[in-house]
Amino acid sequence: MMYQVRDLRLSLPDMTRKPLLGSAPRIEILRGLTFDVPRGAVLGIVGGSGSGKSTLGRAMLRLLEPTGGSITFEGTDITHLTENQLRPMRHRFQMIFQDPMSSLNPRRRVGGIIAGPLKLHGMDRLTTRVDEALDLVGLPRSFARRFPHELSGGQRQRVGIARAIALRPDFILADEIVSGLDVSSQAQVLNLLGGLVKELGLTLAFISHDLSVIRRLCNRTLVLHQGEIVEEGETAQLFEAPQAAYTRELLQAIPLPDPYQEWA
Amino acid sequence: MRDARGEVRRPIGLRLWLSGGWLTLLVLGALLAPWVAPKDPLMQDLFLGRMPPFWVAGTEPGYWLGTDSLGRDVLSRILYGTRLALIVALVAGTLTCLIGATLGLIAGYYRGWPDRIISRFVDIWMAFPPVLFAILLIAVLGPGLVSIIIAIVVIDWTRFARVVRAEAMSQGAMDYVASAQVAGRTRFGTMLTEILPNVLPTIVALLTLEMGIAVIVEAILSFVNLSISTDSPTWGGMIAEGRTSVHQAWWVLVFPLITLFLTVLSFSQLGEGLKDRFDPVLR
Repeated sequence: MMYQVRDLRLSLPDMTRKPLLGSAPRIEILRGLTFDVPRGAVLGIVGGSGSGKSTLGRAMLRLLEPTGGSITFEGTDITHLTENQLRPMRHRFQMIFQDPMSSLNPRRRVGGIIAGPLKLHGMDRLTTRVDEALDLVGLPRSFARRFPHELSGGQRQRVGIARAIALRPDFILADEIVSGLDVSSQAQVLNLLGGLVKELGLTLAFISHDLSVIRRLCNRTLVLHQGEIVEEGETAQLFEAPQAAYTRELLQAIPLPDPYQEWA
Repeated sequence: MRDARGEVRRPIGLRLWLSGGWLTLLVLGALLAPWVAPKDPLMQDLFLGRMPPFWVAGTEPGYWLGTDSLGRDVLSRILYGTRLALIVALVAGTLTCLIGATLGLIAGYYRGWPDRIISRFVDIWMAFPPVLFAILLIAVLGPGLVSIIIAIVVIDWTRFARVVRAEAMSQGAMDYVASAQVAGRTRFGTMLTEILPNVLPTIVALLTLEMGIAVIVEAILSFVNLSISTDSPTWGGMIAEGRTSVHQAWWVLVFPLITLFLTVLSFSQLGEGLKDRFDPVLR
């Protein structure tokens, strides 16, 4: 098992309801999640807005510290490790962010953005590795000299992917990475990611609010609703026979093209 | 995918040319003052008092911008005054920037208790009227170049701290900061390598502005006779002297005033121009 998540709980202080004196009340965002991510799996995490899916992702990467339960990554309990303890193993789990504009430092060239994490983990042959990463995501090597604002949305998201895979991680978390893209870029990025998973033998967790995107990519799916898992299983099965009412609701929200409709 | 976009060179704007040109002229004037100044700036000649500038009838050759009431050459005095003005602008501006920007960066990025302490200090500081505060400081420290610089730094660091803090805060919320953490960069390293480059254009713009302000503060202090000793010519001192005889000899007041005005304007425009030229992120 790559990830073992047991009874994961996370609450954050609600500053909007903070009284003048004293501490703010806490909101339970994750209310006891238990699931496994097997090595080589492509796990879809789906849920509506506010279901806690991004928080779950950030907890798995330990950008947030859980308030309860445990997260085990490849046999190491990382639930409460300090940043200093986590740093040597950070290259093993990487993340691709939702907004490709704000996740790339606007004042660094693409080459520097990809090489930065490599340098931190003491890797050699930086230019070769950057070129390889650009090749893998289908960007010309000359893009290494460009700034993020000189790229299109889809190209920026490829840079985000290149940065994550350049470290050759075991696990990648993709947080709503296609929701900011137009439909054709979405398809390209999804195909690319699907190909990379096979080629590099990655384990991937793919967060999305869109079940049709999950269906294309993921072999297992986890449905989150208000911080709890309402359904978990094989993606195909989930689409065939959804068990939870919330899953059926999400499935019905997928717009299906109607070939018989006329414009008249 | 095609990569048609080459390196686009942006032309150096008129703004940068004019402000850079004027400041270069000032630096040269300050450095070469002993050679280019037509007269000794301290030499008095009461027979040549209040001579008008060269294009007005009845002047003595060699006194291009006229003389003051004691017969001292206005152009030479402006040139020598440039030295003090530029030293104050560079040293005080840079020190203010270093102290203010560092504190602002720490407060804005780390938040929490460092922010609470620094922000409270800024709030308290800003309640003091700045010019009175400066005059008070000089009165305590005693006049002199070092005192002027200290006074400017002590008054103006809050300007940097406030602006840089706000900027660092908004940058700190960006995903590229989280991304640096995912990559395993330390908090301190992230501040220096991710946040600072994004706050730097703001800092440079503020720095040049601050240099202009430093020149003004020095002039104000000279005006109220709290700058360095009256022996060395300063722009503010000249303006103060010129004020008393503005009806008889307007040039004693006007020329240092124009120099001061152009210098302050150039400093602020230089910042904007540099930003246009060197900031990779096109706005």
